Amino acid sequence: MDLTGYTLHELRQLLLRRETSSVEVTRAFLDRIAATDEGLNLFITVSEQEALQAAELADLRLSQADAAASPVLTGIPLALKDIFVTAGVRTTCASKILENFIPPYDGTAVSKVKEAGAVLLGKLNMDEFAMGSSNENSAFGPARNPWNRDYVTGGSSGGSAACVAARQAVASLGTDTGGSIRQPASHCGVVGLKPTYGRVSRYGVIAYASSLDQVGPLTRDVEDCALLLGVVAGHDPADSTSIHRDVPDYCATLRDGVAGMRLGLPREYFIDGLDPEVKQTVEKAIAVYKDLGAEIVEVSLPHTQYAVACYYLIATAEASSNLARYDGVRFGLRRDEGQGLIEMYRQSRAAGFGDEVKRRIMLGTYALSSGYYDAYYLKAQKVRTLIRQDFLEAFGKVDAILTPVAPTPAFRIDEKTADPLQMYLSDIFTIPVNLAGTCAMSIPCGVSTAGLPIGLQLIGSPFGEETILRAAYSFEQATDWHRQQAKL
Amino acid sequence: MQSKYEVVIGLEVHVQLNTASKIFCGCSTAFGSSPNSQTCPVCLGLPGALPVLNEQVAESAIKVGLATHCSIAPRSIFARKNYFYPDLPKGYQISQFELPICEHGHLEIETEAGTKSVGITRIHMEEDAGKLVHGDTPGTSQYSFVDLNRACTPLLEVVSEPDMRSADEAVAYLKKLHQIVVYLGVCDGNMEQGSFRCDANVSLRPWGQKEFGTRAELKNINSFRFVKQAIEYEIDRQADVLDDGGRVVQETRLFDSETGITRSMRGKEEAHDYRYFPDPDLVPLVVSNDWVERVRKELPELPEVKLERFMKEFGLPRYDAEVLTAERALAEYFDACVAAAGIENSKACSNWIMGEVTRALNDSNLGIEQSPVSADMLAGMLKRINDNTISGKIAKKVFEGMWQTGKDADTIISEQGLKQVTDTGAIEQIVDEVLAANPEQVADFKAGKDKLMGFFVGQIMKASKGKANPGLVNELLKKKLG
Repeated sequence: MDLTGYTLHELRQLLLRRETSSVEVTRAFLDRIAATDEGLNLFITVSEQEALQAAELADLRLSQADAAASPVLTGIPLALKDIFVTAGVRTTCASKILENFIPPYDGTAVSKVKEAGAVLLGKLNMDEFAMGSSNENSAFGPARNPWNRDYVTGGSSGGSAACVAARQAVASLGTDTGGSIRQPASHCGVVGLKPTYGRVSRYGVIAYASSLDQVGPLTRDVEDCALLLGVVAGHDPADSTSIHRDVPDYCATLRDGVAGMRLGLPREYFIDGLDPEVKQTVEKAIAVYKDLGAEIVEVSLPHTQYAVACYYLIATAEASSNLARYDGVRFGLRRDEGQGLIEMYRQSRAAGFGDEVKRRIMLGTYALSSGYYDAYYLKAQKVRTLIRQDFLEAFGKVDAILTPVAPTPAFRIDEKTADPLQMYLSDIFTIPVNLAGTCAMSIPCGVSTAGLPIGLQLIGSPFGEETILRAAYSFEQATDWHRQQAKL
Repeated sequence: MQSKYEVVIGLEVHVQLNTASKIFCGCSTAFGSSPNSQTCPVCLGLPGALPVLNEQVAESAIKVGLATHCSIAPRSIFARKNYFYPDLPKGYQISQFELPICEHGHLEIETEAGTKSVGITRIHMEEDAGKLVHGDTPGTSQYSFVDLNRACTPLLEVVSEPDMRSADEAVAYLKKLHQIVVYLGVCDGNMEQGSFRCDANVSLRPWGQKEFGTRAELKNINSFRFVKQAIEYEIDRQADVLDDGGRVVQETRLFDSETGITRSMRGKEEAHDYRYFPDPDLVPLVVSNDWVERVRKELPELPEVKLERFMKEFGLPRYDAEVLTAERALAEYFDACVAAAGIENSKACSNWIMGEVTRALNDSNLGIEQSPVSADMLAGMLKRINDNTISGKIAKKVFEGMWQTGKDADTIISEQGLKQVTDTGAIEQIVDEVLAANPEQVADFKAGKDKLMGFFVGQIMKASKGKANPGLVNELLKKKLG
């Protein structure tokens, strides 16, 4: 049997029934990575030794009498976006400035998946410092879409989405600041979820924009997504912005159906400029929901048009400060030719950061600078409040909101790199969710005539993950987009 | 000192808090450990690390705020102060900017013209930076070494209103603030180790002018004496500049304690743009009324209140009260002594503490907390003076004995046979013998040489090996000599 073809929940059963072992499964994935990654470039670091060691320990656990009581990820091979700090395993954030950085600690999400028994296969390609929408901004080369290698995976969690689509891992963890889980999930035909801000700890996640970043799962199906979310969610005393709130069993209500569920369609999202195939595909998906008994309601999110500008002021401002620590002093790349401190800073950061990172640091520094703070940063924060209020008001009328994920399917590699602003607009449907701090997910709902996946976004109210998971599950069970696979 | 211009001084003090762990992580704040041994991902500013506020720091801030009559903000915000320097791991310092935890306080200082109130604009919490050490071994002189043990140590920044008008007033304010934070137990007050750091903003203006003149900021001052020196030098320097028709430059100047002058800091740009913004990794600090009231209840008696009480309750003169309340531990020693010896012995307690006890502590280089003679032991000795078991002079021997051996007064008195002779008959006998043995001096005394009284007393004391009750001796002598 092809061990790489199973979902997480299926694999769990196989392992518990001893039909396979973690070592067998892990080897299968490692072999697949070795066979396919040269053409895809999804892994920055493969941690083969660590993975096999973890698999052996998992097999020991699974061989005990109470194996069924073992944690839910025991022996399951996962991979992590290279933004997660992993003790003893190189963590680069896809940047030259961290090319050889070996962290001395594990972040919380990493500890949690390890404690849940997972086997970590390695670290995945991404846009440098999570800044990008195509995974073309990586110091390690672009990631390639398993559906068509000339096309982008989307970003910034490009490697994370693509490796699930390419069956190089059962599931992965990514991060989402402006759409970085949902958009690549959509482009790669997998499930991706951004939890409510504060639901999952950010400790050990290399910071891009502190008030927007969230950790989330990328999986083959909705049930896997619910499982993995349940493992990483929860309050963390090491993260002052993580919320004290019980973690429900996200799988418990998956099968409750959507009869009577009110689904909102925001008029501001269904606009000219939306690729006709995307529009058609999403409309078909909406029709499926109608058939399943959901009520479709038109809503309005009037401040949507300001979201991209708002995001690119707040995110870059926070990033300009978060990235100040990469100065060559304590870790990371240092270029020092004895010309003094300022020169050392300049040379190290000039050599270590890619163009997009530099662009955003400059933008953010400007937005915070004296004389401009009020007009840019402060104003953007006020607009942010209005955007959040739009959502809260809409959720007074509907249980979830349906939108496209991206205005187009995946584009060709190099197609949009000439104009950064064009690239920014590809996040237009995902960004508002991060600004509002609420949750959303992308599920596959079609494939374009060019053979590239199209995703549907479900936006939930704050801590409304159970509702969108339930809605996603219903759709998934009524269709079979999740079973479509990229042919490698 | 020039008097042509009015001097305006504002002070910024960084108080290093003595919490066991740092402000945003659990690392130890202990001084003097080997470099970079008290660090973790958070205070090293490693990728992915996040700050978590140490509640003790907020509590200390509330204490200092209450002790200086500030209003405590029900909600205050942490902000990032962004700049690049090797001792600042994250490339920003977490501080407070727009909404500090305390505002609008004051403290009173004594000046020649009487009591003066100096305003406190604000008090806020922030993290300290690490230390740069310049290479001093062969081959390292062109390097700077970074020790981050101190990074993330909690600081309270106390900013005064520009209310001081002389170096002396500035020193008085600093001493008062220093006393308060040590009294509260939130700071060890060790200025040499950097626990209490002063920056002074000094400017001059023509008398009568409302607008402030341009100010210079003096840094690197780690003793009260240097504060006075630095400010006085700066006042003269600025006066000279203005007299020559020049303008004072707004700049930072370092005080050089070797030469006693202030020097402009080379290469430091004016008006850094720190791009302050609220730190998105921390939530606003909410301080409830209940919390404030609980802290208020638990505040120790503050120096000025203690001072008044010592004067009122124990009838001590202001000088005594000031000396005794200078240090909280000393004041508590005094309180304990009086409690044991009785209120009628207040002055005696005060005298002995300011006298023998202080002398002995200084000679042994000990603090009052380490005194081998406890307040109880001292009180015990004072009781024996009162009940005439020993004389005041013998008491000095008893004190010495207690100090050396740790035994109490009664034990020392009996072991060394120091009990005073109060038997009138026995003393009278000695008096008679001495007077009989010195007929010439008796005659001289009766002829008017009053000074000889001392001689007789001396002789009697010698004969009695110091044990005769001096009061009785004097009484008997007067009787017999007329």
